[in-house]
Amino acid sequence: MKKMLALALACALTVGGMTGCAMKDDPAVSGSGSADTQTSGRVVNVCSWGEYIDTDLISQFETQTGIKVNYQTAESNEALYSVLKNGGANYDVIVPSDYMISQLIEEDMLAELDYDNIPNFAKIGDRFKNLSYDPENKYTVPYSWGTLGIIYNASMVDEEITSWNAMFDPKYAGEVLLINNSRDALGIALMSLGYSVNTTDEGQIQEAFQKLADATGAGVYQAKVMDEVFQKMEGGNAAMAAYYAGDYLTMLENNEDLRYVIPQEGSNWFVDAMCVLKDSQHKTEAEEWINFICSTEASLANMDYIGYASPNEEALDQYPAYYEEQYGEPLDQEQYEIMAAPQSILDRCESYLVLPAETRTLYNDLWIQLGI
Amino acid sequence: MKTSRIRLGSRLFMGLVFLFLYAPILLLIIFSFNAGNSNVVWKGFSLHWYTQLFQDRIVMGSVYTTLLVSLLATVIATAAGTFAAIGFYAMKRRWRTPLMTINNIPMMNADIVTGVSLCLFFVATFAGWNGLVTWLETSYRLTAPRLYLGFGTLLLAHVSFNIPYVILNVMPKLRQMDKNLLDAAQDLGCTWMQAFWKVAIPEIKPGIVSGALIAFTMSVDDFVISYFTAGSATSTLAMSIYSMTKKRVSPEINAISTLLFGAVLVLLVLVNVMEARGEQAKKRR
Amino acid sequence: MKNKLSLFAVPYVIWMALLVVAPIVMVVIYAFSTAGGGFTLDNFTRMGIYASIFTRSFKLALIATAVCLLIGYPVAYAMAKEGPGFRRVASVLIMLPMWVNFLLRTYAWMSILEKNGLLNQFFSAIGLFDLINSLFGTNIQYFKMIGTPGAVVLGMVYNYLPFMILPIYSVIIKLDHSLVEAARDLGANSTQVFEKVIFPLSLPGILSGVTMVFVPSVSTFAISRLLGGGTQMMLGDLIEQQFLGGAYNPHLGSAIALVMMVIVVVCMWLMNHFGEGEEQAVML
Repeated sequence: MKKMLALALACALTVGGMTGCAMKDDPAVSGSGSADTQTSGRVVNVCSWGEYIDTDLISQFETQTGIKVNYQTAESNEALYSVLKNGGANYDVIVPSDYMISQLIEEDMLAELDYDNIPNFAKIGDRFKNLSYDPENKYTVPYSWGTLGIIYNASMVDEEITSWNAMFDPKYAGEVLLINNSRDALGIALMSLGYSVNTTDEGQIQEAFQKLADATGAGVYQAKVMDEVFQKMEGGNAAMAAYYAGDYLTMLENNEDLRYVIPQEGSNWFVDAMCVLKDSQHKTEAEEWINFICSTEASLANMDYIGYASPNEEALDQYPAYYEEQYGEPLDQEQYEIMAAPQSILDRCESYLVLPAETRTLYNDLWIQLGI
Repeated sequence: MKTSRIRLGSRLFMGLVFLFLYAPILLLIIFSFNAGNSNVVWKGFSLHWYTQLFQDRIVMGSVYTTLLVSLLATVIATAAGTFAAIGFYAMKRRWRTPLMTINNIPMMNADIVTGVSLCLFFVATFAGWNGLVTWLETSYRLTAPRLYLGFGTLLLAHVSFNIPYVILNVMPKLRQMDKNLLDAAQDLGCTWMQAFWKVAIPEIKPGIVSGALIAFTMSVDDFVISYFTAGSATSTLAMSIYSMTKKRVSPEINAISTLLFGAVLVLLVLVNVMEARGEQAKKRR
Repeated sequence: MKNKLSLFAVPYVIWMALLVVAPIVMVVIYAFSTAGGGFTLDNFTRMGIYASIFTRSFKLALIATAVCLLIGYPVAYAMAKEGPGFRRVASVLIMLPMWVNFLLRTYAWMSILEKNGLLNQFFSAIGLFDLINSLFGTNIQYFKMIGTPGAVVLGMVYNYLPFMILPIYSVIIKLDHSLVEAARDLGANSTQVFEKVIFPLSLPGILSGVTMVFVPSVSTFAISRLLGGGTQMMLGDLIEQQFLGGAYNPHLGSAIALVMMVIVVVCMWLMNHFGEGEEQAVML
């Protein structure tokens, strides 16, 4: 027994020592565990989403500026909100979606940005500035934008999908993936019923909830997923899912049978924007990060990697040429339109507005009830 | 013979159970050498995922954190737990029983309740402290570091659920210890400190060691308590794997599990071989 | 000397007050208050909606515990009857998976149980589906395994089986064999020996094992999340959602945690009443 402990300690120490050494060579990693007090080295803590950045950009930024980046991800806007409210997180930059930003501004959790430190902001298209979630554009810099749509596997589904009702159809029982956040899930149900995704009418919301509950009871949904959808759709484990345009393009690379459609009832288009938390201790570093990300070079690389359109107009224009240069073949026009939806599609889409507190509570309650 | 058939049957049954226990792990190991990135489709042999694993800063960082936290927590918990056990042993029963009940709470409670309660406690304490610091900064231009959930709270949480296991292993040994030995040592001229160190501690050593071992195992295996107390910038291996399973899963996980499994296997085999050799040596004597 | 020694415990008592008692007090406070800060019993009344989650958690945990007992007891008994070399190897083999992280063990099952996963592919390769289809006239292409309650129970059994085997094993090993011999001498056959001597004496180990399987099973959230695909919500998921998940409400979460804690304490007390000793047998 004694020897077991001694050997265990020795073994663990050796492994720990080896990993410690291996990581010392990497200039970007140092005691990443000791972040419970402020350090005097330059650091920025970013919280974004899964598969949402070209990781080379992180290393590029670190070498260029000497600021260490702690990059974390959250699962959904609601989960991010819980973590922030819970008080344990000390992020500097977060990348929430439009409606969540409005909520955070309402609750006075965001810091006003000093746009003089973000000169690349000028390259962001005007159609992405002063949007409803941040009308005076004091708190945010857009990161990406896109649409929500149905992704389906053409080899597993006989017909062409054209309506949100396919996501509730018992014909596809066990093959459909429900998106795992309350806003999008209830939004899909509302749209399939022809209502606005921003309705506060309790009757309509209950109707949408009932549609979801009935479908759950009928066994339509295989699972509730966010980023697990990649594995499921690429591996042919499910036939249909609702997810975002950029992620569809990533999945398409691994499974050519997948198709993307914006249903006839319309859909949601969103903007994810970078903002800085109010009590962030690294505001200057945060603004440097934001400025780096919305530069044209970074935007082009990011667009290519994550498949989402950048709000940087220069990058949007240059992307087809960039693509051809990278891959030696011209960019497929259909894919480009999925990535950067043309105005005709955007006109059919609604963007989420922040809902009043009672409606949010209703959403929370219904969401938990759905899980029962 | 009936007994040998029964024996064969029971061995077969045991074999099946062991197969059940190990089959998934073996599959993980096999697919860690897969050239493709699936856990189902074999595309040829490759060490690609191991090289990628060592370059993945997040996973390597979390392995480092896990080992560091577990080792530190074990060492601290063993020392603190041993002293606490001695203290409890020397106490009157009137005090000991309620204190032991409180001591057993983290062990009996579900992990999630312990994790959630510690999270609430830390967050409330830090909110108060950070508020104080902000007030100091604005009123007196003094600054003090702000506190957040991180490595420190993770360590505190691990120590606090490890100590009960140590105490639980040391107490029986204390009870079994012959009190006359201590008196005898003092009669022979030791001060009570010396009697303590030279007589009592060796007697309870098996308890201390097994307590430390259990503490280390519990620490390395923990997920839920770490999830709630590590905050945003720190993650243990379990937390990294959990967040990876919520995204695209990479066979890097297979690689790390193979390495972990291999290390533990080698360790336990070595120890058992040494124990067996020790027993044989004793027999020869 | 004894009195001086008891002072050793003082630092730990302070520690316990801070890190064991105070957090639980906080949970109680949160459970009885609202976001605004007033006293309320709302959180408890609202829990009625979640009664089905409580039942599901307890049901699945009980099934998992029963399965673990059914498998674990024979294994522990069989192990205890073997020679020392075999026993040593067997104990190591049982303990080894516990050192491979719990999440890894659960994750291992995910890809096996998937629709296109290894088990389904294996069944398809050996023609099981064709056989069933021809026998029953159905048209199944795969077994739906992941996302079902069965997968969650499987995950629980897989993760906690060693915790059932080891306590029982350690108790059976320490059994006084002279008792067994005495029973044989008095004319009992093997079944009677087992029923009347071995089984009752191994009860402490069984209780210990049951505790160590039931409590984590009832409160798990990783297993139900990974293997249940989010469709098998259990108490642990419910609580996690309220703190770090998609429906932030720490007050409701604390209330549920409190109720769970009370139920578990009651169960433990009941079991202790029928068991012996104030300390649960620890595995080693």
